[in-house]
Amino acid sequence: MAIKYTQKVIEHFVNPRNVGELADADGMATEGSPACGDMVTFSLKVNPKTRVIEDIKFRSYGCASNIATASIATEMAIGKTIDEVKRMKAGQPARELGGLPPVKMHCSVLAINGLKAAIEDYEIRQGLIKEKVIRLSEEFIHRELKKVINPEIGINIVRLKMVREIKIKKGVVFVRISLGNTDEMYAQAISQEIIDQLEGIKGVRRVHVEFVEK
Amino acid sequence: MKTIYLDNSDTTAMLDEVVAAMLPYFGQKYGNPISLHSLGLEAEEAVSASREKLASFIGAGEEEIIFTGSATEANNLALFGVAHAYRERGNHIISTSIEHKSVLNPLRRLEREGFRVTYLPVDVEGFVDPDDLKKALSDETILVSIIHANNEIGTLQDLETLGKICRERGVPFHTDAAQSFTREELSVTKQNLDLVSINAHKIHGPKGVGALYVRRGIRLDRLMEGGEQERNRRPGTENVPGIVGFARAAEIAMDRFEDNRQHMRELRDRLARGLLAIDHTWLNGPKGKNIEKRLCNNVNITFHYIEGEAILMHLSLRGVLVSSGSACSSKDLTPSHVLTAISLKHEQAHGAIRFSLSKLNTADEVDRTIEIVKEVAAKLRGMTAFIPEEHSELVSKKAKTFYKPRGGRG
Repeated sequence: MAIKYTQKVIEHFVNPRNVGELADADGMATEGSPACGDMVTFSLKVNPKTRVIEDIKFRSYGCASNIATASIATEMAIGKTIDEVKRMKAGQPARELGGLPPVKMHCSVLAINGLKAAIEDYEIRQGLIKEKVIRLSEEFIHRELKKVINPEIGINIVRLKMVREIKIKKGVVFVRISLGNTDEMYAQAISQEIIDQLEGIKGVRRVHVEFVEK
Repeated sequence: MKTIYLDNSDTTAMLDEVVAAMLPYFGQKYGNPISLHSLGLEAEEAVSASREKLASFIGAGEEEIIFTGSATEANNLALFGVAHAYRERGNHIISTSIEHKSVLNPLRRLEREGFRVTYLPVDVEGFVDPDDLKKALSDETILVSIIHANNEIGTLQDLETLGKICRERGVPFHTDAAQSFTREELSVTKQNLDLVSINAHKIHGPKGVGALYVRRGIRLDRLMEGGEQERNRRPGTENVPGIVGFARAAEIAMDRFEDNRQHMRELRDRLARGLLAIDHTWLNGPKGKNIEKRLCNNVNITFHYIEGEAILMHLSLRGVLVSSGSACSSKDLTPSHVLTAISLKHEQAHGAIRFSLSKLNTADEVDRTIEIVKEVAAKLRGMTAFIPEEHSELVSKKAKTFYKPRGGRG
């Protein structure tokens, strides 16, 4: 299917800003995986006094919108304090680019999560925070599922009230999803995205996704 | 910027001669073939002559050709038509895991109706093992459907052998020949075929017209009810200009069949050689001694560590038009079922690009394409986050990093 990108997406895709990796990065993180076909790595330089992001670079393995959202995310982050960046919303890079097709909204989420993960890495290295000890709970999984985007609409599955039940038993996470009015053709992609998001979490051994009527 | 069109398995450029042949039927010759008067007769004669031509190119009789709106409709008509007509004989259908969606999705619907479908596996180059077909056949089997030339990886199945197995068991054998018609040898007699789907827009003809060959004696239920067109098997007024264009396009293609095929094969091998010279590339589909069994216009390459949609978009912006099997370029965000059926890992499918040639392409275009792809691959690899050393389970032994990190990592 032909994909219609805005001029700004194309411009950032063809001439991405801040590509590469900082030699003496203060914080660095990668989000996504090769199996998903979507990965982004950010490295940061942070001013220790002001906590302002003074330099930032990215690398990307992914589609045109993956590259464009990561590129614009670097422009959005540079010159801002880490707290300002931490408050950024997942849809912001997409908005800055003049919008993305719903099926590509997950790229915007990936870029923001990548930025926040790099900041977290900085904070841990600086001893500002401790490495988070994850207590595997239904609330925690519920929060993580906000990263999963319904590709038909471009909105996360929690906000769309598609998550009907979460159960955790000895590291095995059961998630029940209602497709509602979403076309069945997206079930596989949604299921895969849930598994990819949750399986990376420490303590999760397996993820089961089940689709229920209504 | 001159466009280099390498997406001929999606659709082809219409030839001026084809347009010229069609024009009168949009104009003064607007008759309906079903009408009894002179205008109707004129249209009927044009359809009839087209039917005869098309039939002759696959060794069929003209009464064995049913015109449809597309190859998709021809596939639907073949599958539902035979399954429903032979229902009392059995409920088992055999097909493969690398069919086009216009075969796979009707089969899924037949499964919901209560039919049992066996999907034969394929090897790493996409070939069906005839022994697997023999083993899968049972007294309950009423239909076998196997794609002739795969649209993504160009694997040409040995229809003659597969058809013979079906013929001996008396089971109707259907093939989707949308990609192979006029590009590769297709003979309903030599290859023991009972039903064949073809279309016009893949052979430099118009969109909106296809045909189904149905061997005399094969029963077929209608998909739709209506008038008595197409010997009472496909109602609806015939697309007269489309049918005339279809036959003209086939005629032009068949006139120089051998030359065209040779030309496309040479370009195919030139393109594949040039692209495989780029580091970390892999040819999907038949290769080596099996290259003879590869569709003459198909090159499908995986570019490791970079993503297909990004490659496709860069190429498109530089005038080279191709398609990709990557998840990101599909509407439902899943990688191509054909690429996963030939055992490609997801990250290998993500980097797959299909280049499909036509007789209109030139060696200069192929060379220019290779140069542009080289630059695009280098640009994307220079910025990739997929670092081979960090994913040793996913990468070949030859893999190496494409950039030198200046430290800071970990």
